[in-house]
Amino acid sequence: MKPAPFAWCAPATLDEALDLLAGHADAARILAGGQTLGPLLNMRLATPSILIDINGIGELAGLHPDLAGLTIGALTRQSTLEDDPALAALQPLIAMAIPHIAHRAVRNRGTVGGSLAHADPAAEWPALVTLLGAQLLARSKSRGMRLIGADEFFITHLTTALAPDELLCEVRVPPSPPGAGYAVLEFARRHGDFAVAGAMVRLTSDAGGKLTDPRLVLFGTGRRALRARRAEAMLAGASAGTALFAAAAATAATEIDPYDDLHASAEYRRHLAEVLASRALEEALARMNGKRHD
Amino acid sequence: MNVREFRHIGKEMTERPELRRFLSGQGRYIDDFALPHMLHAAVLRSPYAHAELKGLATAEARSLPGVAGIFTAADLGPAPQPIPVRLNPYATLDPYLQYPLAAGRIRYVGEPLALVVAASRAIAEDAAALIAIKATELPAATDALADPPAALFPEAPDNIACRFTDGFGDLGEAMQEAEEIVEFAFHTGRHSAVPLEARGLLAAFDPGRRRLDVFGFTKVPHFNRAVLARMLGLPERNLNIVVPDVGGGFGVRGEFYPEDFLIPFAAMRLGRPVKWIEDRLEHLMAANHSREQHYAIRLGLTRAGRLLGLEVQLVNDMGAYMRTHGVIVPELSAGMLPGPYRFTAYRCDVRAVMTNKTPTGTYRGPGRFECNAARERLLDVAAARIGIDPAEIRRRNFIPADAMPYRLGTHALGEEVIYDSGDYPAALADVLARSGYKANRHAAHVGGPRRGFGIGCFVEKTGKGPYEGARVALDPSGVIEVATGATSLGQGLETMLAKVVAEALFQPPERILVRSGETGLLQFGGGSFASRATVLAGNAAWQAAQELAGRLIGAAAGRLGTTSANLHLVPGAVAAADGNMVTLSELARGADPLGPELAVTVYFPAPHMAYAHGAVVASVEVDPALGRVLPLRLWVSYDVGTVINPDIVGAQIEGGAAQAIGGALLEAFVYDSAGQLQSGSLADYLLPVADFVPPISHHDLGRSPSPLNPLGVKGAGEAGLVGVGAALANAVADALGLPAAVDRLPMTPERVWRWAQAVKAAA
Amino acid sequence: MTEPSASPRPIRVSVNGVDHERTVEPRLLLSDFLRHDLGLTGTHVGCEHGVCGACTVAFDDQPVRSCLMFAVQADGHRIGTIEGMADGETLHPLQMAFWELSGLQCGFCTPGFLITARDFLARNPDPSEQEVREALSGNLCRCTGYQSIVAAVLEAARRLRQAPLAGLGKS
Repeated sequence: MKPAPFAWCAPATLDEALDLLAGHADAARILAGGQTLGPLLNMRLATPSILIDINGIGELAGLHPDLAGLTIGALTRQSTLEDDPALAALQPLIAMAIPHIAHRAVRNRGTVGGSLAHADPAAEWPALVTLLGAQLLARSKSRGMRLIGADEFFITHLTTALAPDELLCEVRVPPSPPGAGYAVLEFARRHGDFAVAGAMVRLTSDAGGKLTDPRLVLFGTGRRALRARRAEAMLAGASAGTALFAAAAATAATEIDPYDDLHASAEYRRHLAEVLASRALEEALARMNGKRHD
Repeated sequence: MNVREFRHIGKEMTERPELRRFLSGQGRYIDDFALPHMLHAAVLRSPYAHAELKGLATAEARSLPGVAGIFTAADLGPAPQPIPVRLNPYATLDPYLQYPLAAGRIRYVGEPLALVVAASRAIAEDAAALIAIKATELPAATDALADPPAALFPEAPDNIACRFTDGFGDLGEAMQEAEEIVEFAFHTGRHSAVPLEARGLLAAFDPGRRRLDVFGFTKVPHFNRAVLARMLGLPERNLNIVVPDVGGGFGVRGEFYPEDFLIPFAAMRLGRPVKWIEDRLEHLMAANHSREQHYAIRLGLTRAGRLLGLEVQLVNDMGAYMRTHGVIVPELSAGMLPGPYRFTAYRCDVRAVMTNKTPTGTYRGPGRFECNAARERLLDVAAARIGIDPAEIRRRNFIPADAMPYRLGTHALGEEVIYDSGDYPAALADVLARSGYKANRHAAHVGGPRRGFGIGCFVEKTGKGPYEGARVALDPSGVIEVATGATSLGQGLETMLAKVVAEALFQPPERILVRSGETGLLQFGGGSFASRATVLAGNAAWQAAQELAGRLIGAAAGRLGTTSANLHLVPGAVAAADGNMVTLSELARGADPLGPELAVTVYFPAPHMAYAHGAVVASVEVDPALGRVLPLRLWVSYDVGTVINPDIVGAQIEGGAAQAIGGALLEAFVYDSAGQLQSGSLADYLLPVADFVPPISHHDLGRSPSPLNPLGVKGAGEAGLVGVGAALANAVADALGLPAAVDRLPMTPERVWRWAQAVKAAA
Repeated sequence: MTEPSASPRPIRVSVNGVDHERTVEPRLLLSDFLRHDLGLTGTHVGCEHGVCGACTVAFDDQPVRSCLMFAVQADGHRIGTIEGMADGETLHPLQMAFWELSGLQCGFCTPGFLITARDFLARNPDPSEQEVREALSGNLCRCTGYQSIVAAVLEAARRLRQAPLAGLGKS
């Protein structure tokens, strides 16, 4: 289990990295945290002839909160987010999701941009940016800078809208709406494993108690993390309640396109999606109503 | 037999000296060894489950810079030999033995096709990737219960390599007498030991002296040396075997595998040391799998719950070849299936079926994890049928303590099963009391998340013979040295032997030097398997040390001018009643080769195995909507006779229990219908982690020493594992409230969810 | 501007406080570099795909899987391995607790657990048992069933709270 030979380079600046990508787009892969690419290289499931190692590009890492929300550099490590005391107030959903990502030693290297660019439908980051309506900023020599909405970024399983010479540079997350209640529920075989199925929810309500802009994302249940828009439409403008949540969860489960693998059949995944959606809605409601502070 | 008092035996020994090196990175595992001019090997493995091999195109790989040699089956000579069966070798199994490299027919994914040797492992892998495999695929037989789509071997058109029967009594009569018949099918899933360190070997050949150094044999080095010497045509004593530290064995590591021939062979052919370190992906498809069994059971009993007849059809999925264990796994299942209970009659018909999957062998608790789970589940189903508590049906059928020794009437490992001692009802009573079974189980069934309690009782064979040796000697520097043919696999062998010898020689255990495993130490050696090291090596060391004590006293008597009767051993010396003494160092320096040797070798025989026993209660929480099972707690009450070091026995119980949790809930080698291994990495083959394994509380009953050996010991290496799968399965069934639902292991979330659906449908 | 190259390149790495200069192929894993180029064989390799945790080392004081990094990436960085955990002959309180409570059997997983636990206790000096179990869940042990490992980490935490300076080793 040793990687096939490759040429390696470690640009020190973003500009240098984009030049290298422009010159070697077809043969090169970006090496960020390496927590997904590393195993693929060791198993020779990935055999790129060139690795462009971006770990030395300091300008790609870091958190920058401002009035427009939170900008997260693509090279930001998961553990940097985990250890940031301000994150829970700024972006509660991200803070809730990070501990579900693998284990500390993996979070110490694994990056936000790496997870997004890999586009595993069972991973947390694609679901997070989808629910939060984040914009993903990509750069290249040929196209310059472009902002891609989360909905357009993920094409399918392990495939994104990034062009071969493009580098994902940052994630722009809009501010958390006041009074929002969030929930992340994952069903994994063991702590830290990829989700067999997962649900993320954000609920907000108006003065009259009607739900406004409800968000429900299911992940691990199809080719990409999916906003259950029909279920969201059922929830929008309605008064929260167990029967409504059950009906919305049942609808959400019809919106996904689950797959079979050795851990779960498509039928079971669909069932899990419904149960998790329903429970996540209840949990988010309880948080919105201030009943849960965990 | 009374429980006897010892000074060191049975007392805790913490800060065990042999553990110190592991804490600071000073263990010496196989990949930590290096020799000058060493080359590295990689094995080209079959991507096909079943195929005719037409040829390997190796020219491009051979021309890669850094490649030293490529060996295919054709390079092994005109008459390659297969790897023989180590335990219970029947000639009828010969057609199914594995050769070191496939020639002609390929029978599983991962089967070695060629060995590539190069300047580095990376280059060897580069070269292996350049070899083109020409093969014609055949349909794969992956389900031992289905009509086979293809035969693996011409000798067995139906893929059944072997049939046999074990049992006792008149089954027809017993079933006639039965008032209730319970039919039950149960399946245990394919999984294995997966030690944290994969396998490895380093071999170096000295052509002038025709001497071969082999680093990396473990478990059974004497046997492996004999096999290798025969296959290579070398005198056995020309092979020097170095046993390294080992990152876990559990029955799987250390058997003779194809690579154990290929690496020394390549070292001889190339004239340079060759090292092979198995990677994890290789390990999961190349090292022995285990556990895949299918039971179809009919039980006859009275309405009062008395067990009468037990009729079992057992199918054991062998995988693609017979490996060194032959068919002993299903033999052990058939021989041990009745467990701690009396049946009037019993018959088990076994079929050993070849499939296009990785070959199988023993994994800690072989055959018993499976048969105990099948039997204990069956008893819960039967108890529900006649409307009594699961504990009660067991109480009504235990073999009582006063029936010991008890001739069961079956066979295991080539000998009659005779339970030597044990109080089975006491073990169950103890674990029920400690777990608060009655009150807690009742409370668990009231509302809330669904909790369940399950029982698993077991009898466990230990101390398989025929013999093991120990040599206890006064080293020239005055240190007591004990050497054995048993091997240390991390289970605490050094501490155990140090304490036994310390006990006999009145020395502090810290002063005893233990050497194990290396073939140069003793001419004969068995190895470490079948929970045998303490029983055999322990008693051999005990007897050798006692005899050495006599010789030391005799030698001291001459020096002190007194008689032996006036002398006794004290730490570091032999002392007289009047205070005169001679130190062990002085005795060592004065040792005279013409006088009695200050070294004693004893081979301890064990014509019959000693049987440990115990009972487990598991509690679990089941979320039926998700199918999630959380183990909450395990209680284990066990009796392994005399305990040498309680801490080590406790650790064996805990470690075994965790492995059973894996087998019951997580671990599965899953194949698709084409014979491709789906769970081929540790991301998909799921091992228990720290927050999945619940607290395990265990209690040593310590009331049934074995009458078969002077120390009264029984083995403890497997006792922690063999009852836990059963208890967990019963706990999940209890939580679901449908006793017959749980019919297979592992209890994956999807299976549990489907069982829960059946509960809903029934309601 | 660095052009991609498959040629060996010089690196300088500080391991357990000692600087090492070597020339390595880009594809050389950090785990193999430590073990075979530097002879620090206490870092063990159990899976080479980031699951088992046996190869965990401290990279600039943060635990990482050394099988998922390349040696070239360690150029200019600090690595801490099991060989640097004790202070001379004096074991780290975690090592001592693992010894006294038999938090190991075969010893193969032990270095990874110790490196992981040292970082965890630095971030969480007074953990609950459940927190310890979660923190250790990225490391596999096949021998102990984890009971004695969890107990040893809790015991070491207690001792480190009483004598916090005892845990300052090299890295």
